[in-house]
Amino acid sequence: MRTIFDYPQHEAVGGVFPEPDVPTVDVDRMIDAALLRGDRPRIPDLSEPTVVRHYTALSKLNYGVEDGVYPLGSCTMKYNPKVHETIARLPGLANAHPLAESTTVQGTLAFLYHLSELLGGIAGLPAVSLQPVAGAHGELTGMFLFKKFFEMRGATQRRRILLPDSAHGTNPASAAVAGFSVTQIPSNDDGLIDLEALECELDETVAGVMLTVPNTLGLFESGILEVTERVHAAGGLCYFDGANLNAFLGRARPGDMGADVFHFNLHKTLSTPHGGGGPGAGPIAVSELLVEHLPVPRVERDGDTYALDWDRPESIGSVHSFYGNVLVAVRAYAYLLHLGDEGLRAVAEDAVLNANYLQARLKSSYTLPYDRLCKHEFVLSGVDIAEGISTLDVAKRLIDYGIHPPTVYFPLIVREALMIEPTETESVEELDRFADAMERIAVEAREHPELLREAPHAAPVRRLDQTLAARNPVLSYPFDERVEDGET
Amino acid sequence: MRYLSHSDADRREMLASIGVSSMDDLFADIPQAVTEQFRSIGRRGLSEQEVVSTLSELAARNRADEHACFVGGGVYDHYAPSLVDHVLLRSEFYSAYTPYQPEISQGTLTAMFEFQTMICELTGMDVANASMYDGATAAAEAVLMAERLTHRGRVAVAGTLFAHVRRVLDTYGWASGIEIVELPHLPSGACDLSNLPGDISALVLQSPNAFGVIEPLEGVKDRIGDALLVVSTHPISLGLLAPPGHFGADLVVGEGQPLGLPMAFGGPLLGLFASKKEYLRQMPGRVSGRTVDADGTVGYTMAAQTREQHIRRERATSNICTNSALCALAATVYLASVGAGGLRQVGELCAGKAHYLAERITALDGFEMPFSGPFFNEFVVQVPGDAVALHRRLLDAGVLLESPDGLRMHGLENALRIAVTEKRSRDQLDRLVDLLGGAR
Repeated sequence: MRTIFDYPQHEAVGGVFPEPDVPTVDVDRMIDAALLRGDRPRIPDLSEPTVVRHYTALSKLNYGVEDGVYPLGSCTMKYNPKVHETIARLPGLANAHPLAESTTVQGTLAFLYHLSELLGGIAGLPAVSLQPVAGAHGELTGMFLFKKFFEMRGATQRRRILLPDSAHGTNPASAAVAGFSVTQIPSNDDGLIDLEALECELDETVAGVMLTVPNTLGLFESGILEVTERVHAAGGLCYFDGANLNAFLGRARPGDMGADVFHFNLHKTLSTPHGGGGPGAGPIAVSELLVEHLPVPRVERDGDTYALDWDRPESIGSVHSFYGNVLVAVRAYAYLLHLGDEGLRAVAEDAVLNANYLQARLKSSYTLPYDRLCKHEFVLSGVDIAEGISTLDVAKRLIDYGIHPPTVYFPLIVREALMIEPTETESVEELDRFADAMERIAVEAREHPELLREAPHAAPVRRLDQTLAARNPVLSYPFDERVEDGET
Repeated sequence: MRYLSHSDADRREMLASIGVSSMDDLFADIPQAVTEQFRSIGRRGLSEQEVVSTLSELAARNRADEHACFVGGGVYDHYAPSLVDHVLLRSEFYSAYTPYQPEISQGTLTAMFEFQTMICELTGMDVANASMYDGATAAAEAVLMAERLTHRGRVAVAGTLFAHVRRVLDTYGWASGIEIVELPHLPSGACDLSNLPGDISALVLQSPNAFGVIEPLEGVKDRIGDALLVVSTHPISLGLLAPPGHFGADLVVGEGQPLGLPMAFGGPLLGLFASKKEYLRQMPGRVSGRTVDADGTVGYTMAAQTREQHIRRERATSNICTNSALCALAATVYLASVGAGGLRQVGELCAGKAHYLAERITALDGFEMPFSGPFFNEFVVQVPGDAVALHRRLLDAGVLLESPDGLRMHGLENALRIAVTEKRSRDQLDRLVDLLGGAR
């Protein structure tokens, strides 16, 4: 791949910024020369067409949601409406400074307030903070809330978080960053939380549980009320990872299942773009017990006027510079306004319909470890595809069919897992294209295994050597190497 | 609903192929005790046109564009070349997921690699990650990382960190049981290091600091023993200023918003994080690394993943997963489009205009700069009389300054913090001076 550092340097190009319109002096007369840099950062000076062509060429090496189905399990890669990009660029919203007087940003504060109300309604919980900027950040904020809750009650011995072995990796990591230890609860033969195993761990050292509903196998925890009742009875709190909210929009609310904290992934469920890995947004909704501990500031309303409230003495403090990812939030707000109640319900219905349709089609070609109706996603196993063929080979072969592979090797409780989440925005035609490719690959695995093992054949690069990248990390451009190349 | 692709006939056929008779059958596993409590949000869906007009009305209630913005404090009103946003609007970039499948994510991974390189070049460091959420969480993660490396349970931080950075640091520090010792400032406005506490895992400085003053970093590393020197910085300043890496900084963090991102009422932002190479295994966040494919062709993939939550779970170096990838792309394209030459030019414009303004303001009767240290784009002035009333009068006259409350947190009364970017014209600067002068 050609990088921006590989182009012949142009002379200082300029032309972006104007000449100074104030009397100028040399920089070293403003700032002591000892504080100035003596070298020049090796960032190339290139013409605009060179730069634009370079990044356009790079974009073409990517697969995006507009290229086709993107069935990454637990990631909810639905179509991102174009109008959201227009809305997020409205100058009044995009150009507001976070430290501006609140009287000059009433429009932004108003939508933040209304979005919080809508999210609270969806969660069935009384208060929302928009400050966390990612799912894992919502988890961490939730763990901070747990910590504060027990600290204020003198119950600092509650230092353990329980979570199922099917949990996302961020769950144990977030608990650990907040200073908790983690105990894993095994899943039972149905892929659900083993209630007896949970009961055994519940004691006065447990701060709470982290649950994902439906879980990462795409199965609804049918015993969810028993789980949360037992945790609450033992004095613990319940955190709900909202990654899979797309499965029950318009039909159920985490607050009614016993959630004390629920995080939204606006970049999953509410259709804001993933951005190649971010920015997302991870607002949290909380039960009455935790409202006073929410991050500051809070957006408050007084009649038609909105203001930021910093005066929350029992708050955990702040978890982000300002008020969260506001321009991500505005896209989610626009999406909710468009959907309304009917739209929300329809989203979950088609998401679950699409997943079950694919599951029904693919279970004859692949092993389905938990064979029952799923929610918005399901997990196949690649163990029995063919001798010497792994799930990774299947994933890479899908690329040759012009399709983004599903999530692989997660959840950890399924060997050679293929975790498939089609989302509601895919048509029957597109679902069939995916299923056809998967079926053909299952046949190829037996008849032409080398096609899989050497895949991808039709991508911008062949299979990349991950081991080399791990063993000998080259994490920035080797400028010195380039000079040597030039000399030889 | 505009974003769904099925007809009702499609749905009936699909239900039949699954072997159920209705949509409700697909949701039968949700306990009735849960579903019977369900309440809708009570909203009818709006058309796209109605959504746009609703949001446009809200946007119009903001008055951002009516004011000349002199507010800074970590987020600045810089100019971004048009091409930056045009690149961001390529849906292959904005709609893609984290590049876990590198063969069809070379665009994202190559841009990440370029970003890491540029951040190393700016900061003078060996390695940089692909981004954190914002400058504040980057600083907090730096403290956690220093703590993992040294286990001292205590950090010293300059009292001149931006208040929002300090707040986040306090929250993360509280949860991890890390004691935070605040250091006072000298008459110059720089951090006073004369009473450094012993046994610290890190010293956290910000340069330029919350008073706009450039910290003299020379020799600081030698004064803190084997504690880590963490410097929070402003990336545009690094077109002119010596990078923290040249003074032996162990970790450099910062807010990347000035590199081509809108102010966005404070989000999304871009956390910068760079480190010495020897600490790579403890660094949080994703990194893109160079490798080769099966044919020996150079390509990029996520590297050093064994530090990360999806592999290491509770023993990961951080819980971060989603970061600010698209913002990092914006910064990369911004830097590529202005080049080292343009970066220096914009730095000179900011510094030149800020110094012109500071000189004119301090020529006014009763206006003084409380700190003698050198500054870049931002400075503090002590005003005669009531700063709150003055601030309000300026606002009414169409000039946006940060509320004096921000500086009160740093112990300054009747003072204003003023930031100047290349976007402020001489007319705007002169008008601010005239308004201040008439305020007596």
